Amino acid sequence: MRFEQTPAPHAPPLVSVPVVMRRVLFALVPAALCYTWFFGYGLLINFVLVAVGALLTEAAVLRLRGRGTRRALRDYSALVTAALLSFALPPLVPFWVPVLGGGIAILLAKQIYGGLGKNLFNPAMVGYVVLLISFPVEMTQWVPPQMGDIDYRGLAFLEQLDYTFLGHLPASIDVDALTRATPLDIVKEGVRAGRSFVEIRSGALFGDFGGRGWEWVANLIFLGGLYLLYAGVIRWHIPVAVLAGLLVPAAVFSFIDPAHYASPGFHLFSGASMLGAFFIATDPVSAAATVRGRFIYGAGIGLMTFVLRTWGSYPDGLAFAVLLLNAAVPLIDRYTRPRIYGQR
Amino acid sequence: MVDYVFERHLSGGILLPANKTASTSRQIHRGFIPSRLVLAVRQHRGPAAVPCVQIGERVLKGQTIATAATVGPSAAVHASSSGWVRAIEEHPVLTSDGVAPSLCVVIETDGRDERLPETARPVWPTRRADQLKAMRTAGIVGLGGAVYPTATKLATPVKCKTLIVNGAECEPYISCDDMLMRERAADVVAGALLLADLLAAPLCILAIERDKLRAIQAVEAAAHERGDPRLKLAEVPTIYPAGGERQLVELLTGEEVPSGRFPTEFGYVCQNVGTAYAMQRLRAEREPLLSRIVTVTGGGVQTPQNVETPLGTPIGELIECCGGYKPGALRLIAGGSMMGAALPDDNVPITKATNCVIVATAIEVRRDDSEWPCIRCGDCAVACPSRLLPQELLIATTSGDYAALETLGLADCIECGCCDVICPSHIALTERFRIGKRTLAERERERAHLEQAAARDQAQNDEI
Repeated sequence: MRFEQTPAPHAPPLVSVPVVMRRVLFALVPAALCYTWFFGYGLLINFVLVAVGALLTEAAVLRLRGRGTRRALRDYSALVTAALLSFALPPLVPFWVPVLGGGIAILLAKQIYGGLGKNLFNPAMVGYVVLLISFPVEMTQWVPPQMGDIDYRGLAFLEQLDYTFLGHLPASIDVDALTRATPLDIVKEGVRAGRSFVEIRSGALFGDFGGRGWEWVANLIFLGGLYLLYAGVIRWHIPVAVLAGLLVPAAVFSFIDPAHYASPGFHLFSGASMLGAFFIATDPVSAAATVRGRFIYGAGIGLMTFVLRTWGSYPDGLAFAVLLLNAAVPLIDRYTRPRIYGQR
Repeated sequence: MVDYVFERHLSGGILLPANKTASTSRQIHRGFIPSRLVLAVRQHRGPAAVPCVQIGERVLKGQTIATAATVGPSAAVHASSSGWVRAIEEHPVLTSDGVAPSLCVVIETDGRDERLPETARPVWPTRRADQLKAMRTAGIVGLGGAVYPTATKLATPVKCKTLIVNGAECEPYISCDDMLMRERAADVVAGALLLADLLAAPLCILAIERDKLRAIQAVEAAAHERGDPRLKLAEVPTIYPAGGERQLVELLTGEEVPSGRFPTEFGYVCQNVGTAYAMQRLRAEREPLLSRIVTVTGGGVQTPQNVETPLGTPIGELIECCGGYKPGALRLIAGGSMMGAALPDDNVPITKATNCVIVATAIEVRRDDSEWPCIRCGDCAVACPSRLLPQELLIATTSGDYAALETLGLADCIECGCCDVICPSHIALTERFRIGKRTLAERERERAHLEQAAARDQAQNDEI
């Protein structure tokens, strides 16, 4: 009787890339449902469109590179990119924005470097930043939460589709009536105009910490993050470092001058803080690989986000912060190499 | 009373499904005699033993068939049952470099299992030097897998602070040490104390993994009965590879053994429980190392169990003793599922190193060898008990950057397989590192050779 010859270890692997990626997608489901509840179907439609753009681009480039497409398209990594990018897009955008974003993310940030595992920058953030710079008008079409006491009617599913693909809006509604600035935007503009943070925060769009509706999305993203920690998909170092890097300076400035600086609670529950800390900065490919490196990398992202939010020209700065620190990863990894066992 | 309980402070390591219950539900099967014995004269690294029998000669159980070489770490080999020497020839044997032909004494057994007469069996001597010699003559080697001659290990010049008797047995599927401790705890403890005497060790820690409750109970009772103050019992966490020599030393003492050096140089001597048992057999029964407990398990064997197996038993016969193969038997592994070697066929004999034979079916082993690219998750670095960076080592092996491999400490890789099994991209890291280590060692030898040659030339030139 002959037996197969393979090198040790023989034990089957404990996880796989598609399983890891699927877990990331699962972790985002509660937040996505909550987002849809408050802000309409834009997120889900955007996710599908980004995914189409991303998968088509991935397939096309792989074919051009003469690589097999089946395995790469089934590893769910493009879908994770699509999910993260769709969370970063405003709910009310024409269809070509998400499709283009997905294509750019995969082409410019992933395949050009050699595909999965080779990219220096986080693909979703590259896609987002390119869109933000290229199409500033479309990229500000955010909507307010649909809550009983806010006088606002969001689009129904078919109306949303109609707008996304054909640019049609129901009679007597125009885009300006549908869109509102995000809480981060309102705070930034308000402070710039000389109003105090406390006064701005008393507006109807603000809740306990951040914007209403947004807070709940942030809570559920946090929950998803806890699941990722529990499932061993991510480790705690980066999220903790990102949040510390953001909240410590926020607390210091808000303590010194509470009128002109947003509270740490507002920072935590607004914009991309939670998503960034648990889902974006933790993308292993573009993050630092050593434990000490991850602290530096995460703290750098948090700090840069605070700086860009407070003094930069865009309302949120997390995407830029992530890309800046992505570029620093090779350096960080090099100088934080751990000591080898038994070597001094 | 368990004296020490160790929570996790091991670098790296992973939790793995133990897969041990199938083989621990039955008592150790004893009294098995195969029809044929294939005894390799070289059972471990170091010089081979020298055959001292003739073809056609009748040999008795316990009779020396190959004597230990006089230099280097070597140990004798004995007939593990009675019968006739039928051949002294090359036969495929599993060595540390895989299955390769090696000189073997082939015995056809007569089924009588006739022992050497009482008078022909040497009495355990009283002087330490004679005892060490007796161990070499009795073929006693480390039964944990490294099969290093025990006498050589005990003869270390550094004074022993602690003797660690390793019953951790952390690798999946293997349960031979567990069963031995359950059934022969008194002999294991007696053998441990004998080793402690030989080392003049002030402390003897028996380390057992936490999930081996019955082994812990049995050893605890046996140790209590002995009442020797040197004996301590330690429970170690069920983490692979907690039973690795360096890992166990770190776990028990908090001390890290520096790279490239051995625990014995720091006063820590590790011995496997099987070795302790063999020592006790040697002293009490005057019996050399003739058999070892082998775990036969996996979904492809009818009756998974532990068998007291005469050394030299062809694995095929051992499987037959366990009811034979079941349909779906796909891979035959000598050793555990993490570090064991896949055998091409079952015509390979059990050696002193074979602690386990797994007959694996498709669902029990990795079949698909396709890989995804590394996604830099870093789980491999977290799992690595040697605190290496498998991810960076992978890049260096791929690009053939040997200087980087050296600075990244590839030589410290213990090939435990943790990085491999935890890698979500299913990258065959361990195999790459094994090849890399071999290449590094070859380069080192070449360099030394060239330096020697250069020195010789220089010397000659100087003379002229």
